[in-house]
Amino acid sequence: MEATVGEQERILASPWGGGTNPFGTSWGKFMMWVFIVSDALTFAGFIVAYGFMRSVAPAWPEPDEVFSMGLITFMTFALISSSCVMAIAVGAAQQGRQSEAVKYLWLTILGGTIFLGCQAYEWSHFIADGYRPWLNPVMPEVPQFPAAFYVMTGFHGFHVFTGLVLLLYTVIRAHMGKYTGDRVEIAGLYWHFIDVVWVFIFAFFYLL
Amino acid sequence: MTTHDEHAHPELGFWRKYIFSTDHKIIGIQYIITAMAMAVVGGVLSMLMRLQLGWPGTLWPRLEEIFPVGFAGGAMAPEFYLSLVTMHGTIMVFFLFTAVLTGGFGNYLIPLQIGARDMAFPLLNALSYWTFLLSCITILGALFAAGGAPLGGWTAYAPLSALPEMGPGQGDGMTLWILAIALFTASGLMGGLNYVTTLLTMRTKGMSMMRLPLTQWALFITAILGTLAFPVLLAAGILLTFDRIGGTSFFVPAGLFTAAGAAVEHSGGHPLLWQHLFWFFGHPEVYIVLLPAMGIASDILSTFARKPIFSYKMMVYSMSAIAFLSFIVWGHHMFLSGMNPFLGSLFTLTTLLIAIPSAVKTFNWLGTILGARIQFTVPMLFALGFVSTFISGGLSGIFLGTSASDIAMHDTYFVVGHFHLVMAVAPLFAAFAGVYFWFPKMFGRMMNMTAGKVHFWISFVGVNCVFFSMHAAGVIGHLRRIYDPTQYAFLEPVYGMNQFISISAFVLGAAQILFLVNFFASIWLGPKAGVNPWNATTLEWTVPSPPGHGNFGPELPVVERWAFDYSMPGAKEDFVMQTEAPTRVESS
Repeated sequence: MEATVGEQERILASPWGGGTNPFGTSWGKFMMWVFIVSDALTFAGFIVAYGFMRSVAPAWPEPDEVFSMGLITFMTFALISSSCVMAIAVGAAQQGRQSEAVKYLWLTILGGTIFLGCQAYEWSHFIADGYRPWLNPVMPEVPQFPAAFYVMTGFHGFHVFTGLVLLLYTVIRAHMGKYTGDRVEIAGLYWHFIDVVWVFIFAFFYLL
Repeated sequence: MTTHDEHAHPELGFWRKYIFSTDHKIIGIQYIITAMAMAVVGGVLSMLMRLQLGWPGTLWPRLEEIFPVGFAGGAMAPEFYLSLVTMHGTIMVFFLFTAVLTGGFGNYLIPLQIGARDMAFPLLNALSYWTFLLSCITILGALFAAGGAPLGGWTAYAPLSALPEMGPGQGDGMTLWILAIALFTASGLMGGLNYVTTLLTMRTKGMSMMRLPLTQWALFITAILGTLAFPVLLAAGILLTFDRIGGTSFFVPAGLFTAAGAAVEHSGGHPLLWQHLFWFFGHPEVYIVLLPAMGIASDILSTFARKPIFSYKMMVYSMSAIAFLSFIVWGHHMFLSGMNPFLGSLFTLTTLLIAIPSAVKTFNWLGTILGARIQFTVPMLFALGFVSTFISGGLSGIFLGTSASDIAMHDTYFVVGHFHLVMAVAPLFAAFAGVYFWFPKMFGRMMNMTAGKVHFWISFVGVNCVFFSMHAAGVIGHLRRIYDPTQYAFLEPVYGMNQFISISAFVLGAAQILFLVNFFASIWLGPKAGVNPWNATTLEWTVPSPPGHGNFGPELPVVERWAFDYSMPGAKEDFVMQTEAPTRVESS
């Protein structure tokens, strides 16, 4: 492994040769990616735990008999739409169209708020029907059904809430003109991630 | 993010410079010293355990004055013994090894060895340390909680951990335990984000990935393991908390009764879920501890063998292979849980596969020192001690990774001896090697090397007396968490051995006081160290000891070669710094 002049030239020319970020992104964006991978593992832990509970349970309620699938579909639509709008906001911010970015950021926040509102409505009905984390009034032998519901949707809802706080902060900074396309994109990455997680929860908890 | 390019820093006051610092070097040293304090607590707890096992039933009126509940009436209470087991394991695994190796050496070394001025996010880094300190205080609080510390071991197996009414320490003590681990996870995540980002994006010119010192590769892979494994523990901890305070039954099956005879109002959960989630985290955690130790030992072995590391690429590949395999072996901790024997043999297969990259590394270490004129400095002695204990502890792991023999061995001291040698002593020796090696860089002074050699030899002989003997006690049948071995006649051959182990452990513990005195006295009294006291090649040895804020001068160094150019033919000295430009033009 004796070092040579030619080897050094090759290394310095390579994007992985140091002195430069091989991904061409800002540190903040890269770190958000790493955080998303890590946070995804937490959700994976919950989804696996839910699957385990369901596989050892003697019975499991049919989700469409318990939940209003129309409402779930609508809130899913609202969240996915907000993700699309977010993508437009990121594009506008990157091209420096400030007022457009602000407009679409507000629309994203609207979509997220509709989603959280629907979730609150769903929770209040579920609670009114007598479901508690330790009690399933319809199928008493599986208290894990409401427990998994509260933990999974609650943890996801908490993420939506933090996402909204992040978006509000971003949009206020955008109003003040103190923002970069990069910052909007980082907030967008988090928002898309929340959206993707919901797709998994929707599929595994409500559809299966 | 632009502050890294500013070089003119006003002189900071003591508090900003040494306490509320965002400098990675200070944060690294804070981690190391905090972890040392935690190690003292964890070590004292193990001494109390050895006192009980060596002389069960003896009355200790002096200890009753210190622990009025744990030693009520003068003898150690069984619950107190179990809480010692739990707290010793928890403190050592998380708050010593994970903290000192990734938090301590990771923070101190990553920017210095890759040629960066600081971490990518210095403030997040400081926040990581303060969250860690808070988690330390929380876990120590569990010792003083009403009812005492938790009883269920560092693995916090459910349903014992899920029901506060199950034991005296399972109430407030267990709640504090979960909180401390959650804080630790948050701290680890903040650190891990920083390490991965910094290592990938902030290497200086010429520091390609395949020129990184092996310590850096190890820290990089460890950071990835941490960001993937700890979140699963967090998820499990959240579910456990819901079981404890939310009335859910994720981990609690129907039909349980408390010790007092009351029926438990839970049903439908499964305790195995906790084991799966915990060990999906728990086995990578073993390598979160072990990989940085391997990296540190590799670099130190090469330095004092004055030879290039044997097969650098295979070292990198084998660490990556170990990291990957560590995610698919968790079932070997659960062979006794009644799992399907077919599944058990699959986990046996994946577990024994880890022996291949581990053996590759071991032979590479041996290849590195083969035929070398070794300089037996204190860091080198500890690095060799690392290899030795890694081999002896690793070999006994083969018996435990095989489901057929593990079923006989699992609840015995064979396991205690095995994991102490391989994942406690080996990383501890690597950490000692690292402290003796980088101490001059950290504080600008040398530690006392005679005291260091005495420390090494007592420690090395001591750990083998303690933990090798434990293997034998385990084969005889000494149970893993037994409080009083004299309750079984078949354990009579072990009584004397237990006293031998205990006395060895006390001597071993006393030797660590020598290290602590050496460490703290040398900060002020040690002989001044030069820029490069060991004639090593990596970037941290090109800057003053201790390095100033921003680490490097106005210009960042340019790396010209890998870190292992020792005893190069034709070179002026027996080492060539990484920054030295090559003279030979490629012939092809």
